[in-house]
Amino acid sequence: MTSLTIYHDPEIGSEGHIPDPHQDTFAKTTLGFWLYLMTDCVLFGSLFITYAVLHKSTFGGPTSAELFDLKTAFLETVLLLVSSVTCGFAVLSSLKNQRTQLFLSLMATFALGVSFLMVEMHEFHMLLQEGHGWDKSAFLSAFFTLIGTHGLHITFGLLWLIVMAMQIYFSGITVATFRRLVLFSMFWHFLDLIWIFIYSFVYLLGV
Amino acid sequence: MTVNIFGRLKLEAFHHEASQNFAVMMMVLSGIAIIGLLTYFRLWRWLWNDWFTSCDPKRIGVMYIAVALLMFFKGFVDALMMRLQQALSVGSSHGFISADHFQEVFSAHGTTMIFFVAMGSVFGVMNLLIPLQIGARDVAFPFLNSVGFWLFASSATLSMTSLAIGKFSATGWLAYSPLSGIEFSPGEGVDYWIWILQIAGIGTTLSAINFMVTILKMRCPGMTFMKMPIFVWSCLCSVVLVIFAFPILTATLAMLTLDRDLGMHFFTAGGGGNPMLYINLIWAWGHPEVYILILPVFGIFSEVVPTFCEKRLFGYASMVWALVLITFLSFIVWVHHFFTMGASPPVNAFFAVMTKLIAIPTGVKIFNWLFTKFRGRVHFDSPMLWFFSFLLNFSIGGMTGVLLSAPPVDFQVHNSLFLIAHFHGMAIGGVLFGFFCAFTYWFPKFSGFRLSEKLNRIAFGCWFLGFLIAFMPLYMLGFMGATRRLDHYDVETGWHPLFLLAGFGALIILAGVLVQMYGLLKAIIDRDKNRDLSGDPWNGRTFEWSVPSPPPEYNFASIPKVNQRDQFWADKHLHTVQPTRAYEDILMPKNTAVGVYIGVLSLIFGFAMVWHMYWLAAISFIAIIACVIARVSGEDEHAVIPASKVEAMESAYLRAKMGEVK
Repeated sequence: MTSLTIYHDPEIGSEGHIPDPHQDTFAKTTLGFWLYLMTDCVLFGSLFITYAVLHKSTFGGPTSAELFDLKTAFLETVLLLVSSVTCGFAVLSSLKNQRTQLFLSLMATFALGVSFLMVEMHEFHMLLQEGHGWDKSAFLSAFFTLIGTHGLHITFGLLWLIVMAMQIYFSGITVATFRRLVLFSMFWHFLDLIWIFIYSFVYLLGV
Repeated sequence: MTVNIFGRLKLEAFHHEASQNFAVMMMVLSGIAIIGLLTYFRLWRWLWNDWFTSCDPKRIGVMYIAVALLMFFKGFVDALMMRLQQALSVGSSHGFISADHFQEVFSAHGTTMIFFVAMGSVFGVMNLLIPLQIGARDVAFPFLNSVGFWLFASSATLSMTSLAIGKFSATGWLAYSPLSGIEFSPGEGVDYWIWILQIAGIGTTLSAINFMVTILKMRCPGMTFMKMPIFVWSCLCSVVLVIFAFPILTATLAMLTLDRDLGMHFFTAGGGGNPMLYINLIWAWGHPEVYILILPVFGIFSEVVPTFCEKRLFGYASMVWALVLITFLSFIVWVHHFFTMGASPPVNAFFAVMTKLIAIPTGVKIFNWLFTKFRGRVHFDSPMLWFFSFLLNFSIGGMTGVLLSAPPVDFQVHNSLFLIAHFHGMAIGGVLFGFFCAFTYWFPKFSGFRLSEKLNRIAFGCWFLGFLIAFMPLYMLGFMGATRRLDHYDVETGWHPLFLLAGFGALIILAGVLVQMYGLLKAIIDRDKNRDLSGDPWNGRTFEWSVPSPPPEYNFASIPKVNQRDQFWADKHLHTVQPTRAYEDILMPKNTAVGVYIGVLSLIFGFAMVWHMYWLAAISFIAIIACVIARVSGEDEHAVIPASKVEAMESAYLRAKMGEVK
């Protein structure tokens, strides 16, 4: 059962009454969030360009082909893609007002996100231990910064997920919490998309 | 293990040269004076409740302009110091500023003028006008707007702090690498520059998102895109540029920080880094930034010229397309800032041609304004005078710009004073004169009283004359081989007379600034004599003139309806009638202090990052996150203005207006 009136389009009524534009927050917030995602996209774009320029600048150090392990990257990809699926389930179950499924999906998303971060940290740790830190060459600086910025976004996403789950737990599925859930899922899918670019251009082309 | 709680902040950071000590003393004294006056007149509560915590875009707009004007004095004093130094420091004399300090002065001048004066005045005018011109009561995200302003204000405060504590960057307003890297600039100066820009830049991005959604979603019924006032169009183009350009700045500054703080090698000379990458990235943001500033000014003139010619804007559609074309082209011209990089001739040729192409839509605009005057009834009020001087200076600056866009010419005058004269023609003759035009035009609307027209004219005369005398010699000096950022030169160069002339011009501008200050003060003191009760002192064309001066908090008692461009003009002169509706309850956003808190915390965060007090940076960052979480967990953010109160306010306005008509 869909119980939420989520979209409200202001139209002039027959008696010339115009609804207050403040009521239309859902459409405005979604558009605003899309624009924020576009700014983030440009930010990642700048980092991708930097990586492309500096990719060969290894300064006598190891190249990407010598360092990258496709198996780890593939595992990260699978974890993140599945977390996007569970995130989608969360939105669907909130539409049907199924609280248990909603929380289960959110928990699954959180667990997958944390595992992704742990794999990534392990990868970073191995590189650092073998002496391939970010200060060794321009290539490694660009690599750590691009992947690290994505990882930082995932970390903030997980923080957001916790706060939002608490809000849903205490206030239930309301217009406000549903709106936040939709925005979160946009954010999460966006990070997924960025990761697909990282996987294709950094890892697949790098080995 | 001992932890140094002050990071690298030591007592030496408070030691300065005599001229800087004087500036710091003046700053502290005027700060104490302001605090004393506010306390004496018991204005703190008023300031906090009515201004600082307000989410009303009109209040936020006024605060933006107040900060911009304050910062203008700092940037202007920097300019006067440079003019004085270059007039004095010739041959055996070395002027009154050391070479090291001179570098800080020109870096601070550029940073202040672009980020605080130009951006502040442009975003101030946007805040004031966009909701009123599109017939809306508010912006899309009032809280985000407040946060955007407070990030801007805290970044301005951080730049004032750099005057008193430590040194500012000595690497120019764009901090070219590898000079700005840790190897050549180990001090805190570049870090100040980085965090000032980073905080202000994030604030600007947030404001731009807010205005884009406001324009796309909150126009009043009937206002289709091609019926929007042209100023709103220019703002839409400008915020699109912000959204696409500012993240590049954020990323570039972050990479420079990583280079400096974590020993990375993006832009360093060693380790495989690529300094030219920095210069490409910073101009990929920097060139659109120039248009972010000038497009709204085009919009301002497109509102002012039709009003003072009593004629609709000539070629509205071509004006819109010119704006859109400039928006697009501004992203593919950035290499013209460094043709000397050594890119291949085809690359330089591409960017040269793209740069020349921008002259076409800009020329279209100039002709549209000229044709608007054709067979119009032109009134020579002071906003129009600013327009005429803009037209002259912007055309000169535009033509020298086209000259500079030819790589062979550019190779000769690159980084010379010719370039400085060119872009000051655009920045002062364009952006600043545009802002002064807007200031004199919309001042009665937002204050409720008029400025003295006589003083406006005197100030205009000083600025106009002073600008020409201060900057035309720089074109000649550029041809004679004078480079930018000189703190000393020899007598044999023969530059001294021209530098003296330029210094004299700067003094005339100073006279203009003093007259403006006096005029503003006098207008405030004599406000009761110069009230604007009509709400429409200039016979305007757009909706902001249909409401009282100053506009009520809710802007419109009933939302207007649009059938054509310049609907308000049609309502007045063609007697089309707005549908009358009963007064209704109006929902407005509540005040919130969270924006102020986030601003103060960002200031602490920036300061801590500059001085490597990482514990403080961590605490303030966590506190910012906590503020955001607290804010999004709250539910109702609105308060109701009851219909009876709206009715009382509206009828009081109508009575005053009728009284004036009698």
